[in-house]
Amino acid sequence: MSRREILKKGIKGASLALAGGFIWSIATKSESKILLRPPGALKEEIFNAKCIKCGLCVEACPYNTLKLASFKDDIAIGTPYFTPREIPCYMCEDIPCTAICPTGALDVDLVSTDEKLDIKKMQVGVAVLDMQNCVAYWGIQCDACYRACPLIDEAIYLEYRRNDRTAKHAFLLPIVDPNFCTGCGKCERACITEKAAIFVLPRKIALGSVGDNYIKGWEKGADKRLENVDTSLKFKKSKAVDYLNDGEF
Amino acid sequence: MKINIVRRFIQILILILFILGNLKILNILEGNLSSSILFGGLGLSDPYAVLQIYLATFSVSATAISGALLVLFFYSIIASRAFCSWVCPVNLITDFAYFFRKKFNYAKDTRVIRLPKNFRYYFLGLSLILSFVLSTPAFEQISFVGVIQRGIIFGNVMAIGVAFFIFAFDAFILERGICSNICPLGAFYSLAGKFAFVRVEHTVENCTRCMDCKKVCPEKQVLNIVGKKNAFIKSECISCGRCIDICKHDALNFSIRHNKEN
Ligand code: SF4
Ligand code: SF4
Ligand code: SF4
Repeated sequence: MSRREILKKGIKGASLALAGGFIWSIATKSESKILLRPPGALKEEIFNAKCIKCGLCVEACPYNTLKLASFKDDIAIGTPYFTPREIPCYMCEDIPCTAICPTGALDVDLVSTDEKLDIKKMQVGVAVLDMQNCVAYWGIQCDACYRACPLIDEAIYLEYRRNDRTAKHAFLLPIVDPNFCTGCGKCERACITEKAAIFVLPRKIALGSVGDNYIKGWEKGADKRLENVDTSLKFKKSKAVDYLNDGEF
Repeated sequence: MKINIVRRFIQILILILFILGNLKILNILEGNLSSSILFGGLGLSDPYAVLQIYLATFSVSATAISGALLVLFFYSIIASRAFCSWVCPVNLITDFAYFFRKKFNYAKDTRVIRLPKNFRYYFLGLSLILSFVLSTPAFEQISFVGVIQRGIIFGNVMAIGVAFFIFAFDAFILERGICSNICPLGAFYSLAGKFAFVRVEHTVENCTRCMDCKKVCPEKQVLNIVGKKNAFIKSECISCGRCIDICKHDALNFSIRHNKEN
């Protein structure tokens, strides 16, 4: 083989190996992130199906909050998301991101009351507080998240509690009310700890669900929830046997 | 070499307009090739993407549908597959890969894989079926066209990897494989362009059968009538105009298709 031939083969081999390696690294990436969608986003599966990946929402956002996902982000390539710790959503009154979406993947109706835009209705996610690492729960004074919240005293409020350790101070404890929290993430942005002790998660992930077993008897009309409940008893005949065979003994 | 230069100019100009729109410097084109806003008002959408979204969700907003129809109308009236050679940025990569392949003689290597030309149509069909079955726009989830065009317009370094993969595939594995064997978007536009008016027309009286055109054409099968009869060539032609540029005998030209073929 001539030198030229060897060089040629070499370029070919190296290029294919590099290209293959790149695809391999995408296919085997394991990092998984939980990402937040822009205001007005439909339920994740439908959103994914409807978003045409045009990035118009990204361009519309005056704060550069939104980004389009690339391979390293663990969601459908090209769909928009934001990372509140970097740039939160500033809850624009005119919600330009939602308004511009051509396919309705961001649905104006989900952020409107009586046909009028109402950013307080957005449900991007809900803030979750890590009591272990929030310094306010240590008794150190900090109300950064509380002050940052656009819905101060609604979405985050402070609870006062006596600090028995010093016996002369109070705890000022931030508490999130999921009924009001929009998930904008300004609290997460503001949190003073190294890794935020308050952070936004998609509502589906952060919130539990009670089911039909419990009702608030003291709330008027709360039992309405039970009207269509299936009350038939479902016993599994083999259950006792399974119990013995489950390896617990 | 005239048409090719105009073509490259337009191809790059569109990307630049998108980039400037994205940076909010010049408000002519915003968004990207999937869906965009022209002159701050006119919505345009990729008809193939909208079709997949429609099959996946059975509800698409009027904006997206009208945008898709506009684009579809545009390409089915004007030159066939003009999107592929005048707009799509992947074409820049595959053309370069082809140039590289020829220049360094990789073409003579044994062929690694064979794919029928029809593969792209099966792939197109499959993507539509999967969109319906999986309730998600199937090709859009993996679209290399999407990755490349967004990568350029919104500036994403990861797209370089994909661009390199496309280059390597076309240069070393399958000649013009991506665009003329695989890409379902190209297949979609060649179906959509079936009745397009602007076509390359072959005038057999002028033809000397030098077959220079076949040497440069990325979709050689469309030129099978060259030297045989007067005809407008098929819609698999990407309207790149290379054949027109190279033909010294004025046997090939863009012209308006009329019915008296032959
Ligand atoms: S509401 Fe405003 S700040 Fe929040 S994502 Fe939309 S455009 Fe950006
Ligand atoms: S504007 Fe809508 S379709 Fe476009 S990227 Fe944003 S969410 Fe997706
Ligand atoms: S027929 Fe001509 S214009 Fe069409 S693809 Fe081939 S070279 Fe390009």
